[in-house]
Amino acid sequence: MNASKSHRWIAAGLLGLGISVPALAQEDTIKVGILHSLSGTMAISESTLKDEMLMLIQQQNDKGGLLGKQLEPVVVDPASDWPLFAEKARQLLAKDKVDVIFGNWTSASRKAVLPVVEELDGLLFYPVQYEGEESSENIFYTGAAPNQQAIPAVDYLMNNVGVQRWVLEGTDYVYPRTTNKILETYLKEHGVADDDIMIDYTPFGYSNWQNIVSNIKQFGSQGKKTAVVSTINGDANVPFYRELANQGIDAADIPVMAFSVGEQELSGIDTAPLVGHLAAWNYFMSVDTDANYDFIDNWIAYNDGDDTVVTNDPMEAHYIGFNMWLQAVKKAGTTEVDAVKDAIIGVTVPNLSGGYATMMPNHHITKPVMIGEIQDNGQFSVVWQTPSTVAGDAWSDYLPGSRDLISDWRKPLECGNYNVVEKTCGGSAEETASQ
Amino acid sequence: MTLLRTITATLMLGCLIALGAGNALALDAASPQQAPDELRALAADSYAAKARAIKDLVASQAPRTRVWLQALLDGKLQRLEDDGRFVIVTDNRGRDWTVIDAVDDAPLGEVSRRRIDRITINNALRNQLRSAMAILDLDADDPAERLASADRLIGEVDADLAEPLAARLDAESDGDVRAKLAQALALYRLQSGDAAQIDAAIDTLSGSLNPTVRAALAQVARGDGEAAEAARQALAGIEQALRLNHAAETLYFGLSLGSVLVLAAIGLAITFGVMGVINMAHGELIMLGAYTTWMLQQLLPGQPGLALILAIPAGFLVSALVGVIIERSVIRFLKGRPLETLLATFGVSLILQQLVRTVISPLNRTVVTPEWMSGSLVVNEALSLTLNRLYVLGFALVVFAALMLVMRRTRLGLEVRAVTQNRTMARAMGIHATRVDILTFALGSGVAGLAGVALSQLTNVGPNLGQNYIIDSFMVVVFGGVGNLWGTLVAGMSLGVINQVIEPWAGAVLAKVIVLVFIILFIQKRPRGLFPQKGRAAEG
Repeated sequence: MNASKSHRWIAAGLLGLGISVPALAQEDTIKVGILHSLSGTMAISESTLKDEMLMLIQQQNDKGGLLGKQLEPVVVDPASDWPLFAEKARQLLAKDKVDVIFGNWTSASRKAVLPVVEELDGLLFYPVQYEGEESSENIFYTGAAPNQQAIPAVDYLMNNVGVQRWVLEGTDYVYPRTTNKILETYLKEHGVADDDIMIDYTPFGYSNWQNIVSNIKQFGSQGKKTAVVSTINGDANVPFYRELANQGIDAADIPVMAFSVGEQELSGIDTAPLVGHLAAWNYFMSVDTDANYDFIDNWIAYNDGDDTVVTNDPMEAHYIGFNMWLQAVKKAGTTEVDAVKDAIIGVTVPNLSGGYATMMPNHHITKPVMIGEIQDNGQFSVVWQTPSTVAGDAWSDYLPGSRDLISDWRKPLECGNYNVVEKTCGGSAEETASQ
Repeated sequence: MTLLRTITATLMLGCLIALGAGNALALDAASPQQAPDELRALAADSYAAKARAIKDLVASQAPRTRVWLQALLDGKLQRLEDDGRFVIVTDNRGRDWTVIDAVDDAPLGEVSRRRIDRITINNALRNQLRSAMAILDLDADDPAERLASADRLIGEVDADLAEPLAARLDAESDGDVRAKLAQALALYRLQSGDAAQIDAAIDTLSGSLNPTVRAALAQVARGDGEAAEAARQALAGIEQALRLNHAAETLYFGLSLGSVLVLAAIGLAITFGVMGVINMAHGELIMLGAYTTWMLQQLLPGQPGLALILAIPAGFLVSALVGVIIERSVIRFLKGRPLETLLATFGVSLILQQLVRTVISPLNRTVVTPEWMSGSLVVNEALSLTLNRLYVLGFALVVFAALMLVMRRTRLGLEVRAVTQNRTMARAMGIHATRVDILTFALGSGVAGLAGVALSQLTNVGPNLGQNYIIDSFMVVVFGGVGNLWGTLVAGMSLGVINQVIEPWAGAVLAKVIVLVFIILFIQKRPRGLFPQKGRAAEG
């Protein structure tokens, strides 16, 4: 224990001097940090991701580990408390010396962790769809950026369903507010009038939906096709859908397109009255491929044969992220952060829907976009899908200031917010002002 | 897999024998399924092609049209990957699904879900299917089914349908169905261009609260001439009725939110208001009531309604018992020290939350809403009251009445009031003050448990349930006047209504802020709340 600790210090010191000492840096195991809330409001979504990571690590160990070493999971509980996420991330990187972290769900928690992983030069794989407008050298975004979820979903509603009136309903925090800002600009660019957009926010864990649902009903009974775009997060969705069903809002009249409702969230409710409401993701449990069925079977087996368990999009994101990291480590021949960071760009691994995901230079990945309709068994049936995969865009083209930025972590640019107009790295004045 | 094939084969063989096999024709019919072209067309790739296929199927008037349409609508019409056979899935739980042949209903046993392809539909097709089925169902025997069909057809009538619909209207005997059919027809005739017909149509449609009707009338009203004038008049009447209904709806929403506030606060009104104990674990007592409901539903699978009714006494007892334990082990040692009580009970609240997380699960639990509490009570087309909230509203009033009865009409109530007013004097009169403390706290906690049972029907049952209600509960009790049950009722209901009136234009977050600011200002003016305690007891 003591010996290995001092080895680590020596190794760290030598690394700091720029001397590579693979022999000394060698450990018995490769440590994988898991930073997901196991208690608090987000536990409903995050605790399954922890279990999934444990399963993936176990499977890899059964296959012989990585670089001849076993993987060792290090699980911490940040308890849905954003500052605690930063503290736990620091603990993982500084004390436990993990080689990589898989974690976070809400954007608020990611924003808390970001300075820590940058300061201590860690690796974080973030598996959830998010609002974009961020690109960190140390974070890999395996969930969808707005152009991989929100924009195609709105396109689908506009072109395939013929929606003319829009309700943007969300939980009151950074992800829904930024996404709705992007969508509002996008809709107006496509000729939607101000009167035809209604934006509304509710607090986390909100349950008294009756008035809002009644308003939506009224807004939608003006003779134009209306849809709700929902960025409601967490367990507030359950009473929201229950109220929709009770007030008899039928998906054929006013469909609800959700960005944060997956199989996990639906497992708590009777979905018979919700058939036809929509969700946009990059993966659904009902995807009909052998890779997916194998993954589901493994997941059921890992849960002691409980075949009521479900899989969802962030789980697929972790599956992809984990495999990408494995490949990058194999390619680099080391778990050393800088080497892995360089090696992972361009790495391509199979996803669960029969295609491939590639890590782009902006630390986002390529994904297919799918629109699913809720079925009475709590699953989604895919009704529309992009013909090929879409690469994630860190900086939205529909926000002022953000549209001129690109992110490219390859040498020689190595910049997360390069301004193509001013030809400088460091974002733009407008973007800084809006934050 | 092989076993499954064998079973399927055996079953098919059985069917063959049953069908009087032996002749070559029947064998041919069974091995590759002889699905009619109309059915095959449904398996097209594009939704547009499927839409045409549905139209053709309805036009073909094949005997099994209704069954196939329903199966397609339910997502049960699927295809076996191996031989392209059309099947209807009768059970889609687990990894192997039970299927029957779509053409002749022959049971085909269980098939792995990997080997079945669903014929997917989208919302547009779903709409088309429902309308197609509504037309088929117009001749149903059950008037309720005919009514639903007629309602469905409002706004969906085209030239082809108008004729048979008019015939149907003449033959119809049920009054409600007639009215709906007349509306559906009138809506079609509104677009006919014939002045007399339009006049008659507007006449039929005036007073209808159906949104489709309203939109169509608004269209006509935008033009000029006599018809437009008539439409404007009809529309004005409709708008007036809608405004009234909307006001009634807001009032109902307010009372419903108010009833939740009253339920959550009324237990606190006893422990805090009457006894003066600041119990921060009150929210967790509510949570325990909700978990009791969940637990009973787990114990009585398939009978969510019965479990819910049993949960009323059970939730009361569980929370009352926990309340007594808290009182005996913590609160009684801190009598007269409100700050310490506050901190200690806050600790208890954290302990209870973590206990539930560790013992049960950090995840939310699903409490099933029984059939009779789902859906809504339809008053008219613009106003329907959601049933679960209606029940909770009634329940809150019953609990309040029962509590008033206990406090006013029983010996316990008398003793409680005596002990709160003057403890020493009450003891001198022979009242066992400690016993009264325990019973009062048990009563207050038990009522919190009842609130939990009711809330399990409205919100998520999870370890954080109580935290969402503790602040609101204190707010209601303080606003209503500490120590006054009537105050709690009036305060809860009025805060509910105020909140719901503000919410539509301020948004949920701001509405809450406004209500809080309002209460702070109110308390500045009247520190003892809406209904202050009067007399000497209040001064002491």
